[in-house]
Amino acid sequence: MTTTAEPVRTGPAAPAEEELPPPPVDEEDIPVPPGAPGALLRSLLGPHRARITVAMVIILVQQAALQSGPLLVAVAMDRGIPALREHDSGPLIAVVAAYLSCSLLSPVLQWAFIKISARVNQDILLELRGRIFRHAQRLGLDFHERYTSGRIISRATSDVDALRELLSEGLQELLTVFLSVCYISVLLLALDWRLGLVSLAAFLPLALVARSFRSRSRRVYRRSRTSAASLIVRFTETMNGIRPVQAFRREKANDAAFAAVNQQSATATADGLLEIARYVGLSRATANVWTTGVVLLGGYLVVDDALELGVLTAFALYLRRLFDPIDQLAMFLNSYQSAAAALEKIAGLLAHEPTVAEPTEPVELPRADGKGRSVAFEGTRFAYRTGKEVLPAFDLLVPAGQTVAVVGATGAGKSTLAKLLARFHDPTDGRIRLDGVDLRDLAAPELRRGVVMVTQESFLFSGTVAENIALGRPGATREEVEQAARDIGAYEFVAALPDGFDTDVRKRGGRISAGQRQLVAFARALLADPAVLILDEATSSLDVPGEQAVQRAMRTVLAGRTAVIIAHRLSTVEIADRVLVMDQGRIVEDGSPQELIDGSGRFAALHRAWRDSLV
Amino acid sequence: MAENRQDPENPPRTSPRSDGPEGTGRTDEPDAAAPAGSGPRRSAVRSLLRLWPYARAVRGRLAVSVTAATLAMLSTLAVPVVLGRIVDGPLAERDLDGLWPLVGLLLLLGLVESALFYTRRVVLARPLAGLETAMRGDLFAKLQRLPVSFHDRWGSGQLLSRATADMYTMRLFLAFPLVFLIVNSVMFLAGAVLMFTQDWRLALITLAPVVPLFVATRRFERGYSGATRLAQDQNGDLATVVEESVLGIRVLKAFGRHRSMAERFRVQSQELRRTELRKAHLLANLWAITVGLPEVALGCALAVGAYLVAHDGLSAGTLVAFLSTALALRWPIESLGWLLAYGNDAATATDRFFEVLDEPEAPGTDTPAPGTATGPGARDGIRFTGVRFRYPDAPEDGPDLLAGIDLHVRSGETMALVGATGSGKTTLTALLPRLYEATAGTITLDGRDIRELPPRQLRELVAVAFEEPTLFSATVRENVLMGAPGAGEEQLRTALATAQAGFVEKLPQGADTEVGEQGLSLSGGQRQRLALARAVVGDPDFLVLDDPLSALDVHTEALVERALREVLGTTTALVVAHRPSTVLLADRVAVLADGRIAAVGTHQELLRDCAHYRELMSGEAAPVPEGALVSKGGRA
Repeated sequence: MTTTAEPVRTGPAAPAEEELPPPPVDEEDIPVPPGAPGALLRSLLGPHRARITVAMVIILVQQAALQSGPLLVAVAMDRGIPALREHDSGPLIAVVAAYLSCSLLSPVLQWAFIKISARVNQDILLELRGRIFRHAQRLGLDFHERYTSGRIISRATSDVDALRELLSEGLQELLTVFLSVCYISVLLLALDWRLGLVSLAAFLPLALVARSFRSRSRRVYRRSRTSAASLIVRFTETMNGIRPVQAFRREKANDAAFAAVNQQSATATADGLLEIARYVGLSRATANVWTTGVVLLGGYLVVDDALELGVLTAFALYLRRLFDPIDQLAMFLNSYQSAAAALEKIAGLLAHEPTVAEPTEPVELPRADGKGRSVAFEGTRFAYRTGKEVLPAFDLLVPAGQTVAVVGATGAGKSTLAKLLARFHDPTDGRIRLDGVDLRDLAAPELRRGVVMVTQESFLFSGTVAENIALGRPGATREEVEQAARDIGAYEFVAALPDGFDTDVRKRGGRISAGQRQLVAFARALLADPAVLILDEATSSLDVPGEQAVQRAMRTVLAGRTAVIIAHRLSTVEIADRVLVMDQGRIVEDGSPQELIDGSGRFAALHRAWRDSLV
Repeated sequence: MAENRQDPENPPRTSPRSDGPEGTGRTDEPDAAAPAGSGPRRSAVRSLLRLWPYARAVRGRLAVSVTAATLAMLSTLAVPVVLGRIVDGPLAERDLDGLWPLVGLLLLLGLVESALFYTRRVVLARPLAGLETAMRGDLFAKLQRLPVSFHDRWGSGQLLSRATADMYTMRLFLAFPLVFLIVNSVMFLAGAVLMFTQDWRLALITLAPVVPLFVATRRFERGYSGATRLAQDQNGDLATVVEESVLGIRVLKAFGRHRSMAERFRVQSQELRRTELRKAHLLANLWAITVGLPEVALGCALAVGAYLVAHDGLSAGTLVAFLSTALALRWPIESLGWLLAYGNDAATATDRFFEVLDEPEAPGTDTPAPGTATGPGARDGIRFTGVRFRYPDAPEDGPDLLAGIDLHVRSGETMALVGATGSGKTTLTALLPRLYEATAGTITLDGRDIRELPPRQLRELVAVAFEEPTLFSATVRENVLMGAPGAGEEQLRTALATAQAGFVEKLPQGADTEVGEQGLSLSGGQRQRLALARAVVGDPDFLVLDDPLSALDVHTEALVERALREVLGTTTALVVAHRPSTVLLADRVAVLADGRIAAVGTHQELLRDCAHYRELMSGEAAPVPEGALVSKGGRA
């Protein structure tokens, strides 16, 4: 685990007037549009309507087959045996045959139901996971900077799990409960409609109990999901930062901090369990009291000869069975509650529109002529949501093929320039054109073929080194991957890894140093072969030979493409055709490196200082 | 059964000694009797037994809960008896006065039953949540103390799924399937005995399916536990992909690779889907058998019974009683399958949990290699003697990454460590606070072998600033002061000043601003400066800085260097350096090449004498012309 919990950002940050990042979002800051959870659920279930119907019919028939067992036994006793005594085996054979076919039908239907519903459930979960994942990928960096990774992870894992629980267990339970209630209700009404109505009236107070349970447990479950998310955040942060954790003896302090969120989660869990206990106790008491009332009423009716004794007996026994599944309802409400809370959060995430939107009518770039592409900033202004302006209206034209170095103190707006050009953000005002086409009109694949940015952060994904490089151009051959590594001077160290290019970086990620990761990131960018290459502090962790190898490679690599290089260190500037010195979002010097070095401006001073720092 | 089956929050086991079938308490765990006794479980039982130490703490409450459950069952059974009395007595005799006491009894029974239901759950709600918390806390504590090499091997997604989904599975098992395994097997045994006393022929027919069911569930268990384990692992892998896709979002955006990442996610989640469907398939088969076989047997019993009644003098009443008993046993038999499935899930989760807990922790105090240490307390600085290191998963035939390091950093001296990319500089520094253990050789701090020091004390002596400046979800103050617990405001200010972290004052709440995952996201340079402040706070005796200035711009770097000089003047420091400017912080420089220290000397000496060093510093193997060595004091 070499990644930091939070990716490096090359945000503007000058000692004098450092730009501060936007504050993190609270869960509540992501508004959930009313009706969104329901709409999400409908859209997930919709495509499976046919299969869900089939599954429901199957369970309906299966329950009927299953419930008919006792009835058939009764028929056998009342009719079959007396008939057999009269040497008429017909009725008994018929009943036994019916019983055996029910007992064969029921498992077969059960089997079919499990198979179908599992398929539906899994398809829904697959779709939902995919949607969350793709949506999180689509959302802009401004969102990711505020919505922490742990939260997104818990959306895609524990929240989806809550829904899985509901789908795989809750729904089947609900169906069974529903069917048995219907079955018994009809029976009761058929036996005696007056007493039947009185009995069924019990569902009014029971519904009230269930409603109060629902509203109380909703709050608990929301709390429980929130605490689960902060638990996950704390956990991943610690595991990803295990080196500093151990080096700074954070174990005890972390134990305490984790215990706090853990305790919160335990309290929420226990509160949920207590709500269930309360519901089960209350509803059971209601049902039992009601049953007693029905027995008493029935008793009076029997005494008045208004009811047969046998009917009352049947009533009393069936009432127990009618109310038996109310606990199951609690379980259903319970998983429903937890799933609803999860669904709400997922819907909130999915409803969040990316600020950097895909164009509705994408425009294609003119055909590439192998010289790179021109870049034009036209009145481009960028301000944070807080209103703080980072880049005042800004004009810049970079002709195709030019290599531009941008220098300046931290916070001068260099990184913002790069992020706008890579369309990590959209400008607040004005536009950026690539070969005359507004970036906002380019479809993502087209844009990424045109512009690629290598950042200081060089995240490696799990997989082999070769796969990480090939990320630049999926489908690249092994030769191309190795050539890219060779071009950038990364070949030797990769080849020396335990399995060479096939070394799994996640397993041995701890061994790949920051500098080596930057080289891999460079190779990745080379392989992508973009028309415009942006390097944002891309050599910060390289040692001198490494940086020089990169510089040498750049001289050939940058031929035929436009490049914007942002560097704290001026070594990079030597390969540039043009240098821009930025200060507070404005270009204060602009010229060829030699012109600027020979001049008396800031760049000349910076350059002198840098020369001095060299050996 | 009034206590119906979908009852996941039921209380866990009974006290194992009181009513778990004692005979099944075989095991290798000397002090744990078998808490659950039914069903053909082998390894799963053994796995689950390991949960006992946690369940132990709540056994009193468990006993209360089990008593409540038993009483509730009794009162449930008493209800039909009372109803029978009402029908046979007052109603048959039209005696309204006699009706009231019995109805009163019925009401009482109903209220007692619901109160018992309530009690059973209430006594366990907090203890069970507490049990889950305790296990999770232990897992977290253990993970924090496992060596870094363990974390190198395990994806954090895998660890996370152990801390969340698996914990839930285990709690659920303790809460519910376990108790029904007990209740149902008791019911089954009692019912079987009852049936044999009623009619042995019918009993044999009805119970015949038990043998094939036993075989089927055993076979099921084997297939299902494999699938469960696979599903849990795949879930963990999926979590890892999500995590990476979020952490690496900038790279993905920069290359427009959402689609290939989404494709990878899709492939993995489809694999998970396949496994889940395989589980469902196995479960469906088991269900079909557990539901079907007893039913068929019952149908046969019905036919034979009816024949016996007609021809062989079996009384109709006995047959009715027998069939009612058999029908009542339907649920205990049917439930076996999915209770076992729960048990398997829980057993797998337990295995995964203990897989981590059983890992050996970072070794404690080994005996130090004799003869290498100078007397304790001597101001000897840092001394590496014959230190070798190779990663445990390095290829057999490859050379050691560190192949005999001999290096002495004198007390109070600052030593720069220079070497080509991948030469092992960072690894070497990680050996000092024992994040990794040297495979051979000795490292001493002021003459004391680092293996003699308790890790806590060692890490108090050695402060580190890592290449990756990781901040935690805490305030700036906490993040910095974690380097020196007990340090005060003064030290905090000094450390922040040294690291040129003046931006802290401009944060919304100053040093009390939350940063990290749950707080403000700082830039790389800002985080690096805080990480540096954390290392230098409280004047550590030994300081390790791994390329501490890489993310800083030239201007800030110069300011930090100037301030660092003062700190470095009083401590013994090892500084990994990539650039000349960082090297100039050091008194002497050590060159690491091919796993050994190739040369030690001052910057100038090495420039003169060591070609490799010249190459590292200037990128050129050729000698550097005189006069290129300009002091950089006048800059900034």
